[in-house]
Amino acid sequence: MAAAAHGTVHHSSTGIDNRKLLMWIFLASECLFFGSLISAYLIFKGASLVGPYPEEILDIPLTSTSTFVLLMSSLSMVLAVYGAEHARPRMMKLWLFVTVLLGLAFLGFQVYEFRAFGQEGLNLSTNQFGATFFVLTGFHGTHVGVGVVILSSLLFGSFRRSGLGSEAGFHVEVAGLYWHFVDIVWIVIFTLIYLIPQ
Amino acid sequence: MATAAGTMPAVGSHTGLWSWLTTVDHKRIGTLYGVTAVLFFMLGGLEALAVRTQLAVPNATVIEAGRFNQFFTMHALTMIFLAVMPLGAAFFNWFVPLMIGARDVAFPRLNALSYWVFLGGGLLLVSSFIFGGAPDAGWFAYAPLSGKTYAGSGMDFYVIGLLTLGLSSLIAALNFAVTIINMRAPGMTMMRLPVFIWMTIVVAFLLILSLPVLTVALVQMLFDRNFETNFFVATNGGDPILWQHLFWVFGHPEVYVLILPSFGIISEVLPVFSRKPLFGYTAIVFAGVSIGVLGWAVWSHHMFTTGLGTVPQIVFSASTMAIAVPTGVKIFNWLATMYGGNIRFTTAMYFAVSVIVLFTIGGITGVMHAVVPVDTQQQDTYFIVAHLHYVLFGGAIMGIFSGIYYWFPKMTGRFLGEGLGKLQFWLFFIGMNLTFFPMHFLGVSGMPRRIYTYDAGLGWEMWNMVATIGSYIIAVGMLAFVWNFFKSMRKPATAADDAWGMGATLEWATSSPPPEHDFDVIPAVHDRDPLWYNRDHGITPEPAPAHLHIHMPPPSYYPLVMAGGVLMLGVGVLSHLAVTALGVVIILYSAWAWILEPTD
Repeated sequence: MAAAAHGTVHHSSTGIDNRKLLMWIFLASECLFFGSLISAYLIFKGASLVGPYPEEILDIPLTSTSTFVLLMSSLSMVLAVYGAEHARPRMMKLWLFVTVLLGLAFLGFQVYEFRAFGQEGLNLSTNQFGATFFVLTGFHGTHVGVGVVILSSLLFGSFRRSGLGSEAGFHVEVAGLYWHFVDIVWIVIFTLIYLIPQ
Repeated sequence: MATAAGTMPAVGSHTGLWSWLTTVDHKRIGTLYGVTAVLFFMLGGLEALAVRTQLAVPNATVIEAGRFNQFFTMHALTMIFLAVMPLGAAFFNWFVPLMIGARDVAFPRLNALSYWVFLGGGLLLVSSFIFGGAPDAGWFAYAPLSGKTYAGSGMDFYVIGLLTLGLSSLIAALNFAVTIINMRAPGMTMMRLPVFIWMTIVVAFLLILSLPVLTVALVQMLFDRNFETNFFVATNGGDPILWQHLFWVFGHPEVYVLILPSFGIISEVLPVFSRKPLFGYTAIVFAGVSIGVLGWAVWSHHMFTTGLGTVPQIVFSASTMAIAVPTGVKIFNWLATMYGGNIRFTTAMYFAVSVIVLFTIGGITGVMHAVVPVDTQQQDTYFIVAHLHYVLFGGAIMGIFSGIYYWFPKMTGRFLGEGLGKLQFWLFFIGMNLTFFPMHFLGVSGMPRRIYTYDAGLGWEMWNMVATIGSYIIAVGMLAFVWNFFKSMRKPATAADDAWGMGATLEWATSSPPPEHDFDVIPAVHDRDPLWYNRDHGITPEPAPAHLHIHMPPPSYYPLVMAGGVLMLGVGVLSHLAVTALGVVIILYSAWAWILEPTD
């Protein structure tokens, strides 16, 4: 990661590491990003002129399962951070690996769901539900994909002779911030799209 | 303060093209931003001259209607995204670390990345002139005019160009927010920050929170135009007004992104050349912050004629008028700063004072638009064009030139000529008033914006001709600046550390231009005007140690590589998706190489 320009060791004005502060402010920006996508979904809720309509097509048991998978990945992420911060590299590697697997499983569910919707005649151009649903959940899926890349990079890095270096705990923790954020966004999306009746 | 020998890092040379391509020095990146933005400013000026030439006389045939639409659209996009914003970024880059007493920004390589992405995005946007025509639906690209039914490939360049430029601004804003929050020198508390730095952090947060909204709107437009969605297509259940809402939720904070750097600059210039501390520092800071907050609550005043309904109209009308309060606080504090001061009328001071006058005119017409019945008459007339140019030219551009004249000796070690500077000032001042004041009359007498010609006998001939003459006077003023620049750069660099002899802020405590590590010894900060305090209390800077061991980050070419990958993402969307895929690979590769690159 980018290092600060040091004269001597620069102690930050707030005591928070620059890189962690960057991630927090970036996540604030992401809130507005998903907020806008979610707003578009809500504005167009019920505005579809033709079917398939959401109540006909949403498979709540299936997506509840994928939601459970993603929530469990937050648990494994916490365990990976614990391992990294307590100098237990094997624990860190194991739970990073599990988190990556769970993230990939979530993406697999999403691909399956998108394909199933496509076969039932729902795509981007079908109606407003299709457009807002695919763009919103598609961008969320992309964020999960980026998270998987970050976590697998950490996992690969941890197999180097020097591991993740002296700041391993810090790196995994900051990656965890991102991962948990993406999880929380999914809870909002899942609630709004799947759980609240149309 | 001399540059001590032996402080330069061993890696890489410090001259030549390669050193500029790989630099991570905030001052050099600031220079890159500044030079690029001035070039784009002149390009945007040429586009404006084309528009004004076409409108000089009735039924002119200088440029045809389609090209006219491209020129006024590109004029706005160029001035906003490629000139005023990056000129602000040039000052942020140069002076945020220097004024808070840091040796660089928090993330030097990210800083380089934001510049290269900006350059790529800007060139991509301008290249649309060659590839099938520039964007032509106005800078706010209202649906359905911007949809695929009515607009050609220029609007795809608009989408991709703005997404790229937005990414650059977001990276820069994150960097400056972290830098200001976290990299302040000991003693530099938040309420001792120079006002320019306060305005920078407000701008940074405005960008961080508003750019994602624009990103979503642009993505929806991209999908509407290329992937058959119907976000803004009314016949298929979409809503063209949604675009307006999303665009202005970004667009109005953006207005403050353009003007607040200028407010910050003149808040530095006025006290120094009045030889008085800034009057009402706390009030000015809180006024700036509240402008930033209120800026989120007024976007619908751009949409009074869309049928919002009575209650939203009243709410947005009231919130818009409320912004006049903090703005007025600032203006009276600037006036009070000068009152009773020992004023020195340098060119920088001329420009700064003119901002107060010209921005007030633009601000007052802004309050006029806040009144719904008045706005419904003025919507889309030249009155709006007059208003926005008083704010953006009279406010932002004049303020930026104030900053250029004020900080030029710090940036280059040379003064810009005062004679040519005052010539430029008067050409700008007279030219802009001749150009934009008559537009009030044109607007009130009914001339709509964005028409490419008009008939004789409507009573618009004289003021249009006056406006066109004015625009050429501004262009001559710009030539005076360019001449001044080259003339000054040929002189030896002789400016003292404290070039004006009365600097209050930390940048004047180091050499002109500063060494790569900014300060040999970070000055002690005991007050809002640290150098005045130190002078009055006999605090002299610590002598530089004989052997400085200041580690600066080494140059890196990964920002350039990654920016190339980012650019390929966009180029791929406009051409072939294989290019996008290659862009992803390059970004991944450069990200890993970046992380593993040693910075010690």
